[in-house]
Amino acid sequence: MNTICRLKVVIILLWFVGANCQSAMVSIKGGTYTPLYGVDSLQVTITDFEMDVYPVTNADYLAFVSKRTKWRRSKVISLFADKSYLSKWVSDTIIGADQSLKAAATNVSWFAANDYCSSKGKRLPTIDEWEYVAMANETQPDARTIESYNEYILSWYEKPKTFNSEIGSTFMNYWKVYDLHGLVWEWTEDFNSVLVSGESRKDVDTDSDLFCGSAAINATDLMNYAAFMRYAIRGSLKAKYTMRNLGFRCVK
Amino acid sequence: MNIIKDKSKYFVGLLAASMMLVGCGESKKKTIDPASIQITGTMDAVLTSPPYVPESVGNREAKKLIVNMEILEEEGTMTDGTTYIYWTFGGSVPGSFIRTRVGDEVEFTLSNHPDNKLPHNIDLHAVTGPGGGATSSFVAPGHSKTFSFKTLNPGLYVYHCATAPVGMHIANGMYGLILVEPEGGLPKVDKEYYIMQGDFYTTGDNGAPGLQAFDMKKAVAEDADYVVFNGRVGSLTGDNALTANVGETVRIYMGNGGPNLVSSFHVIGEIFDKVNIEGGSLINENVQTTLVPSGGAVIVEFKVDVPGTFIIVDHSIFRAFNKGALGMLKVKGADDKTLYSGVKQEGIYNPEGGTIQTMPTDGKPKAKVNTNKSLKEKIALGKNLYTKTCFACHQANGEGITGAFPPLAKSDYLNADVQRAIKIVLHGKTGKITVNGTEYNSVMTKQTLTDDEIADVMTYVYNSWGNNKTEVNVSDVMEAKSSH
Repeated sequence: MNTICRLKVVIILLWFVGANCQSAMVSIKGGTYTPLYGVDSLQVTITDFEMDVYPVTNADYLAFVSKRTKWRRSKVISLFADKSYLSKWVSDTIIGADQSLKAAATNVSWFAANDYCSSKGKRLPTIDEWEYVAMANETQPDARTIESYNEYILSWYEKPKTFNSEIGSTFMNYWKVYDLHGLVWEWTEDFNSVLVSGESRKDVDTDSDLFCGSAAINATDLMNYAAFMRYAIRGSLKAKYTMRNLGFRCVK
Repeated sequence: MNIIKDKSKYFVGLLAASMMLVGCGESKKKTIDPASIQITGTMDAVLTSPPYVPESVGNREAKKLIVNMEILEEEGTMTDGTTYIYWTFGGSVPGSFIRTRVGDEVEFTLSNHPDNKLPHNIDLHAVTGPGGGATSSFVAPGHSKTFSFKTLNPGLYVYHCATAPVGMHIANGMYGLILVEPEGGLPKVDKEYYIMQGDFYTTGDNGAPGLQAFDMKKAVAEDADYVVFNGRVGSLTGDNALTANVGETVRIYMGNGGPNLVSSFHVIGEIFDKVNIEGGSLINENVQTTLVPSGGAVIVEFKVDVPGTFIIVDHSIFRAFNKGALGMLKVKGADDKTLYSGVKQEGIYNPEGGTIQTMPTDGKPKAKVNTNKSLKEKIALGKNLYTKTCFACHQANGEGITGAFPPLAKSDYLNADVQRAIKIVLHGKTGKITVNGTEYNSVMTKQTLTDDEIADVMTYVYNSWGNNKTEVNVSDVMEAKSSH
């Protein structure tokens, strides 16, 4: 009895902390840039928008499913989330023993993430918006040509089990946004608009306008590899898929 | 080597296989369209980790063969003290061995473990179809994909991951072999093994300790830090060595995952009786070294006639001795002195005849041996000698090669007994010793160095790499000589 009470207090406390964190957004000043693999392959113009500082945490998501019961694990419709939806949770409202409330919420489908953001009056970022913010390092809005930055990203792709790290444990970038690289993959609104079949050699050959960038892969351009891996993971997803390494954040 | 001796056996084997492989003389090649082979029944494929292979298909009918393979991204050992994040098919590098026969309908399910970070797929070179299955098997972490194909061409084929960036997926260990046997199976042999070579590119140089990350630049420059068999240094040495008995025929399914380097596959002290060139149907005989292309494979067969340890190498030889591409086949059994005698006699060789006992000196006075060298001078001279004489086996930093050449760095065996160490340099050493907890059973030849040189080089060794800083003097060397 006593422990349960204490647990509740802790949860409520963390909920507040989490809620404060979550509500924090920063404004991103728009601009024009060339994404590595864009739908139109040319320059993209981003208008001003606001982005969550941190990915949505387990605490945030717990609060969400407490209210929106249709997203509870036992209630969710299989059309909108596959079998591994919240699979590490103990029950509908208790997260796993080895999970941290302050870690990014993962094993969440695109439908669930999308609805979460709507419920906050926000939306998921587009690929172009996400990539625009994510090309910044600590000091520069576009760090894509800096070797150490690229190496950092590539090294995360190789590191196993980072999904249980707490939010804010990586660096704050130029826009004051945390954890775009180094914690989890993140859903984007139009994740499947750039189609990567997975057979990369084929993509290079046939969709030459889509992947003209591939032809330019040369000895020193590490960035293409890092970006291509992000596009590859997006290409492998369906909206109902959930993954242990895949979370999300919202924008408006 | 055994062609003559074993001619009858060989021809029986050839006859059995000839229906499938070659039409001799007037008898026309029997053409069965493999696509028309009917399947009867279903079976689960047995998958094995290297260096083992599943049992031969024998005489079984073509079947629906169920293959389940899981992709795991996990940390593993590259060499003692060095780890690496491997991406694997089935938890091993190379991935599990798949054995099929012509006409099988393979139902392949590829599962990507939920803890994995990346999507993957599989391109099997044995598949006739777009991307070799890659397009149909692209799978996100925590999911699985199933596709099926019919095996149309007998041979040994590489499979690998073809997700972008392809080079990185292969460089991290995502390759393996699939064998398609002809109807009736390959001729029976006594021992079958599975080896695959791969090159690895790490941020630290060869031997740098700790978890090493993949180095993209080195990979593009094809500047490998490790070239190894079965994913790690020492996978086939010491306790992991392959074994056979005298008189047995050994068949090795040898593949090369690459991503970059071509292998010059060779077994020191053996000749391949038969080689299925490039894993196909063409058989070459009596081959010393066979080329295995990156993304290709060969089947080699040889009869082991004499006992001993046969070293398996990539004969691009620095890869073997400095980058790890070294394995062992230990053959047990009775000596056959007519095939290999061993050392019969040792003697002194004097090209000018027995009367001249010293080398001519051109009239110049012989360089005087400086007997009053400082410790620093001795170490400097010793280092020079080390890099000429000892380095090839004991390696640049005395680290040795696990399973083959014992380490001199922080070596308990070395530090325990200086006189013993000097004697080994003087007389050589054969047989089992245990160094830093690892057993070695190898040969060191005696070294043709002067007493002074031995003192210098041993002083260098004892004053390097965490050893006990003994200073070895000429008098110590003389003592060792006289006590023998």
